[in-house]
Amino acid sequence: MKLQKRNRWIPMPAQSFILFIVWLLLNNSVAPGQILLGAFLAWVIPLLVAPMQASQPRVLRHGLAVRYTLMVMYDILVANFEVAMRVLGPNRRLNPAFVAVPLDLEGSLPITLLASTISLTPGTVSAEVSENQRWLYVHALHLEDETALIEQIKSRYEAPLKEIFGC
Amino acid sequence: MSTTVELIVSAFLLMGGSFVLLGSFGLLKLPDFFTRLHAPTKATTLGMAGLLIGSMIYFFAAEQRLMVHELLITLFLLITAPVSAHMLAKTALHHRVKSIKRTHGRGLTEAARERQVPSFSEDRSQ
Repeated sequence: MKLQKRNRWIPMPAQSFILFIVWLLLNNSVAPGQILLGAFLAWVIPLLVAPMQASQPRVLRHGLAVRYTLMVMYDILVANFEVAMRVLGPNRRLNPAFVAVPLDLEGSLPITLLASTISLTPGTVSAEVSENQRWLYVHALHLEDETALIEQIKSRYEAPLKEIFGC
Repeated sequence: MSTTVELIVSAFLLMGGSFVLLGSFGLLKLPDFFTRLHAPTKATTLGMAGLLIGSMIYFFAAEQRLMVHELLITLFLLITAPVSAHMLAKTALHHRVKSIKRTHGRGLTEAARERQVPSFSEDRSQ
């Protein structure tokens, strides 16, 4: 796992870039004044908050990260229809469950990403992480096969995240 | 604005509206706290996306302006929805909120509450 190296004057280049873009989007304008102000904020805010940030593993495989994002978008679409169906169906056919998923990922950022993905995709909400960050507790709206669910989470979401962060 | 555009915008608004409605209906209808959590976190994402896309098309057609606020709202929603769902679930575990009887693996809630490893496998705890 590689940790981020810090440049003294631009400690968080990616975040600076995002901040700049978001500033322009929020103002819905590319006037020179806004660009100047946005660039200033994108430079100063990271300088102020960088000391508070814990070092996080770096994204190693950008292409895969983009592919992962698209896949999650698609899964969100599927999840919406699935949950809508379950909501419309009768309650007695629901089979809710708590499941403990063993984690192979390390680091807070990758685990947070995995937990968020799980919450947004079909029928599962992440509820808690064990203190040693080895187990993720998940609540499923409708469980058919516990091993299959764990297998799906591990192969579909955890494996690519592992590759992206190289941990 | 042409009728076609109006139709497309209406379709998006209708679709978005129905998903948000479904999410709220799920909140009312599902049996316990944990299952209720699922409806608003998921159905609402697509519902909001529908409404926002409708809004983007409308402003683009009506005022010839590209509105990108909507994309930001979608982004913020995607970031905040899972975090708030997670916090709600965590709080519910902490307060020992009851889940319905037939919830599978109810025994895990105690371990989850204490943030411990599940009791069935001590071997992975290191």
